[in-house]
Amino acid sequence: VYDTSDIKKGLKIQMDGVPFSVVEFQFVKPGKGSAFTRTKLKNLMTGAVLEKTFRSGEKLEPAAVEERQMQYLYREGDMFVFMDTGTYDQVQLTEELIDDNQYYLLDGTMVDVLFFNDRPIGVTPPNFAELEVVETEPGFKGDTSSNTTKPAKMSTGLEVQVPLFIEQGEVLKIDTRTGSYVERVKK
Amino acid sequence: VSSTEALRTRHAVVRELRAHFDEQGFVEVDTPAMVVSPGLEVHLDAFEVHGGPQPRYLHTSPEYHMKRLLGRGLPRIYQLGKAFRRGEVGHLHQPEFTMLEWYRAGAGSDEMMRDTEQLVFRAAKAVCGGPVLPARGEPGAPRTPIDVTPPWPRLTVREAFARYANVDLDALPPDEDAFFRVLIERVEPQLGRGRPTLLTHYPAQMASLARIHPDDPRSADRFEAYVAGIELCNGFGELVDASEQRSRLEADVRTRAQLGKPAYPIDERFLQALEKGIPESGGNALGVDRLVMLLSGAKRIQDVVAFDASQV
Repeated sequence: VYDTSDIKKGLKIQMDGVPFSVVEFQFVKPGKGSAFTRTKLKNLMTGAVLEKTFRSGEKLEPAAVEERQMQYLYREGDMFVFMDTGTYDQVQLTEELIDDNQYYLLDGTMVDVLFFNDRPIGVTPPNFAELEVVETEPGFKGDTSSNTTKPAKMSTGLEVQVPLFIEQGEVLKIDTRTGSYVERVKK
Repeated sequence: VSSTEALRTRHAVVRELRAHFDEQGFVEVDTPAMVVSPGLEVHLDAFEVHGGPQPRYLHTSPEYHMKRLLGRGLPRIYQLGKAFRRGEVGHLHQPEFTMLEWYRAGAGSDEMMRDTEQLVFRAAKAVCGGPVLPARGEPGAPRTPIDVTPPWPRLTVREAFARYANVDLDALPPDEDAFFRVLIERVEPQLGRGRPTLLTHYPAQMASLARIHPDDPRSADRFEAYVAGIELCNGFGELVDASEQRSRLEADVRTRAQLGKPAYPIDERFLQALEKGIPESGGNALGVDRLVMLLSGAKRIQDVVAFDASQV
C-alpha cells in the first residue's frame, strides 16, 4: 500500500476499481493547517484527467497493473495487434485505447503494453521514433535557421512542426512523449 | 536551482526589510535555534537535536523566545533567521526556510497588517522598480500583475468562504480537515489576484497564540496575507494571558497525542514570562523566501535559496 509520500509522476493507483496514473502533484499546506497533496490523475481506462486532493498520510491502493514488452504486428480495422515475442501470445487493443500513440507504431516496433487485471489497456512506445516525412512545403534555399517552423506530415499520419530546411522523404527523430521534432536522421 | 541573479535580488530584499525596521527604532535580535519546546502547533513537526546533555529541538518559529524579550523591556524587535519544519517539501516549502518575525508592543493585528503592506511596498519599489509585482498564475489560468500599493483589500475568513466556495463557516463539520480542504482547494487560489488579500478574523478555535478579537468573540485577532494565492505571513494580536495560554498549550499537547504526533514539552520559561507580564503586542511572521519569489517572479522556492534541501 502506498501513502501520500510515495506520490510521484507516473505512480499508478487504483480508486473504486479504476486505475489512475499521477500526471502532476503538489505539496500544499497552510502554515498552521494540515498538509495535503494536490494531484492530477489520469484515468487509464478513459484517458480523462481529474483533480484530487489527498490528506497527508492517506493510504493509496496500488493499481493492479503490469507492463509487458511486446511487438507491434499490424492494424486490422480499428484494432491494433501486438505479440509477446517469447510466448507468441497475441493481444488486440482498440484505436481508442492506443490513442495518439498510434502515430509511433511501425511494423515490428517494440512497445510496453499496460495490462490491468490481465486486460490490455494501453501502450507506451519507445521515447523516440524515427518517421519519414511524406508531405511538407518545399523549404527555402539556404535557410537553416530553426527559429521558424512549418508543418510536416509523417508516414504514420502524425503532424509535426519542423524547421524550414526539412524536405519530403527525409527521416526525422520524434520525441514520442511530446510529439515534437528532435533532429534529422542521416540515412 | 537558484541563479546568481536571484541571490542578488534576495540580498536587495533583505536589505529593505532591515532598513524598514531599523528606521523605526526596532532592535534586531537573534534567539536560540535549539530550544526545549519547538512549538506545539498540531500540524507542525520538529527536528530533534541529539548529542547534548538534554533533549533539544530546532524551533518551528522563534515566537516563545521573542515574547520573552518583549517581557524584558524590548518593545520593538525583529529577527531574520531560519525556522525548521520536518516533512515540508514542495514548490512553496523547504524543511528549513527564512522567516522574518517581528513584534510591536501596544499594537494589534491592524498595525501588523499595515507593517506588512509597507514592507512589501518598499521591497517592490526597490526590486521591481515600482509597486507592481510580476504576473503569475497557474498554466491556463489568467495571469495578472499584482499591485501592492497600500492599503490592501481585507476579507474575513467568513466572507472568503462564502464568496469563493459558497460555504457557510458555521455549517462546516467541526473537524479542521474540512476547513483546510475548502481553504486550499477553493479559497486560497482566489486570494491575492491583482491585489494582495489580507484574510482576517480566523475562527476562534484557530487562534493559536493570538488573542480573541477585540470586536468579535467568535474570531481570533489573527490574519494572513495572500499574494497570487500564496500565503505570505501569519500575524496576531498576541495572547498575553498566561493561564489562557497554558490551557491552550495543554489542549495542543492532548490533540497531538490523540493524533499520534510526537510529544513536545511545554516551554515553562515562556509561560513564566507571561505570568510576570508582557505588554499587549502585535506580532507577525513572514516567509522571506516566498517574498523573494513573488518579487522576482520565480516559480519555486528552490529558485530563490542558495542551496535547497536536495543540494546540501
